[in-house]
Amino acid sequence: MKHDPVDVLIIGAGASGAAVAWGLAETRMHILCLDQGGWMKPSEYPSTGRDWEAKFYGDWSTSPNIRGRPEDYPVNDDNSPIKVVNFNGVGGSTVMYTAHWPRLHPSDFKVKTLDGVADDWPIDYDALTPFFEENDRIMGVSGLSGDPLSPLTHPPMPPQPLGLSGPLIGKAMNKLGWHWWPSDTTVATMDYEGRARCINLGHCTPACAQGAKASTDITYWPQAIRAGVELKTHCRVREILTNEHGMASGVVYYDKDGVEQFQPAEVVIIACNGVGTPRLLLNSVSGRFPNGLANSSGLVGKNLMFHPYAQIYGFVKEPTDSNRAPPTCLWSKEFYDTDLSRGFVRGYGIQFGRGAGPVFEAVASEQKGILPWGADHHRVFRRLNGHRLAVSAICEDLPEEHNRVTLDPVLKDSHGIPAPRIDYTISENSRKMMEHGLARGREILEAAGATDICINNPIPWGGWHLLGTARMGTDPARSVVNEWGRSHDVKNLFIVDGSVFVTSGGVNPTSTIQAIALYVADQMKQRLANLFD
Amino acid sequence: MSAANELTSAQRDNLRTVAAMIIPASDEYKVPGADDPAIQADMLATLGRDTALVAQALDHLARLAGKPLAELDAAKRDAIAKEFRATGGVAAATLVRVVLQCYYRDDRVLRSLGLELRAPFPKGYTLEQGDWSLLDPVRVRGGRMRIP
Repeated sequence: MKHDPVDVLIIGAGASGAAVAWGLAETRMHILCLDQGGWMKPSEYPSTGRDWEAKFYGDWSTSPNIRGRPEDYPVNDDNSPIKVVNFNGVGGSTVMYTAHWPRLHPSDFKVKTLDGVADDWPIDYDALTPFFEENDRIMGVSGLSGDPLSPLTHPPMPPQPLGLSGPLIGKAMNKLGWHWWPSDTTVATMDYEGRARCINLGHCTPACAQGAKASTDITYWPQAIRAGVELKTHCRVREILTNEHGMASGVVYYDKDGVEQFQPAEVVIIACNGVGTPRLLLNSVSGRFPNGLANSSGLVGKNLMFHPYAQIYGFVKEPTDSNRAPPTCLWSKEFYDTDLSRGFVRGYGIQFGRGAGPVFEAVASEQKGILPWGADHHRVFRRLNGHRLAVSAICEDLPEEHNRVTLDPVLKDSHGIPAPRIDYTISENSRKMMEHGLARGREILEAAGATDICINNPIPWGGWHLLGTARMGTDPARSVVNEWGRSHDVKNLFIVDGSVFVTSGGVNPTSTIQAIALYVADQMKQRLANLFD
Repeated sequence: MSAANELTSAQRDNLRTVAAMIIPASDEYKVPGADDPAIQADMLATLGRDTALVAQALDHLARLAGKPLAELDAAKRDAIAKEFRATGGVAAATLVRVVLQCYYRDDRVLRSLGLELRAPFPKGYTLEQGDWSLLDPVRVRGGRMRIP
């Protein structure tokens, strides 16, 4: 079935799709967004039930392969030590994330110039500054301005309380003379724009029943829809079609009843994340684009960056916040910038974890062999439960073409669309960085008096940050989109998600992803008269 | 093998036995073991998507034991349990996780741990502000981001 054409078609209603939709809404163009999932129901979120922790291992797993909801697509990540985690539905992975909210640093955009590795971005931090600020206002950020080692931010809400865990970490860091600071987070610490303040449900990652954590289904989308943007749910896009002029003509998708539809569009914007976007482009094959759409460079799907997480944790005598607070509240940038005496280039951010709930603690500690079976189980569990502190080094992953997303020759989603396959290895530079992070983490935990120290290196289900697979650049031979997000090959096709990252920085990327989406929307508005030139 | 959505009687017997080996009852802490009937009933009622892996784990356990686990002497049972955990892979880990996630939501167990018997929402928890003066040394040290 064919529909009336729209001016702008956005694929994906997550972090970047919502932001670009809102950013373009003021143009009064006919904007339609298709998402493979539906609207979320907070009354069904895990923290509303007594079995809240068990759900994290099933219906609310971070892994789409375990979760297996109808809106999820499978990912073959057998050949990767880091597994892909995400969420599909209106709000995308902002529904299921920790709300940790750092920005890339100015130096992250110039790694070739500064350190002689990878490539510089074609844009700099200053180009994104107004969009970071706008995004912080709309998402609703809490934090403390004035961090000496982070970009200047102006959070509209005060930081989360330090609670019990924060001072334990702060004292340890002060003992070592190392930087730490309250994290910017998208957790509302006061009533904000219709969102209720955080009441410390603790189980933030798999969705916030209170609505205190910002996800785009409750931030951008209500505003975008009020401004006239149309959002159709349970519509899974199979491929982007092109016309005889090599321009995108629209998309083929399956509607909520599984019926194939064609939606024509003047402009197509992809916002499907660093795995979903290359998957869609590689599935959009035609005579003119035999290797996938927008892929004349051959780089679609290549240079996948994950951020390997090296985590170390231990148990202190004092009680920690465990599950009675948002999971992260502090960061450190002590080891963020390059210091070649450490044996690697670039660096990592640190995020601190406040603790865990009883089921998570029991399961994790049994698996690590520190919680025994038998009569001593009870004594040991009481020593561990409610006493955990965690340190995670989020390591900058440099782009390497052999780390890639391709189409799996066998695996398909429920609509028969070829699924993505991940081939990824952790580089030697990243390995050295991770070892450094673990060693520093051990010093921090020991300074806090922690014992029973355990590591996850890497955190296996830590592939949250899906970056680099349709990189931005000025050279069409070395990039997929230009410096304002437009495909080099298809002049009415744009990409606004983490795929366009040239390098990854050493911080969680969602703030930067959304700032880029707003920046691309702004560039499009400024160029409307000659958008396709 | 069991049906896809339930365990056989023999599997349930071995589940009860191994659950008590993981977490026995304790007079000291005034808690039941994981073989408690109510906790076992919770496990069986909520196995859901874990049923196949748990059944696989119990079949592996039965093969190692050669007969019902409960009929082995304590030393032999412990040896089998160690081998099961070492060789059982994802299936064994799933079984253990099912035991733990049902045990640590039982009212008697949570009460013994001093935890409230409720879902986090809607009441939530109170979080103290903590000592913000701890940031003073960070401010004094200062520092600068690397600027390109």
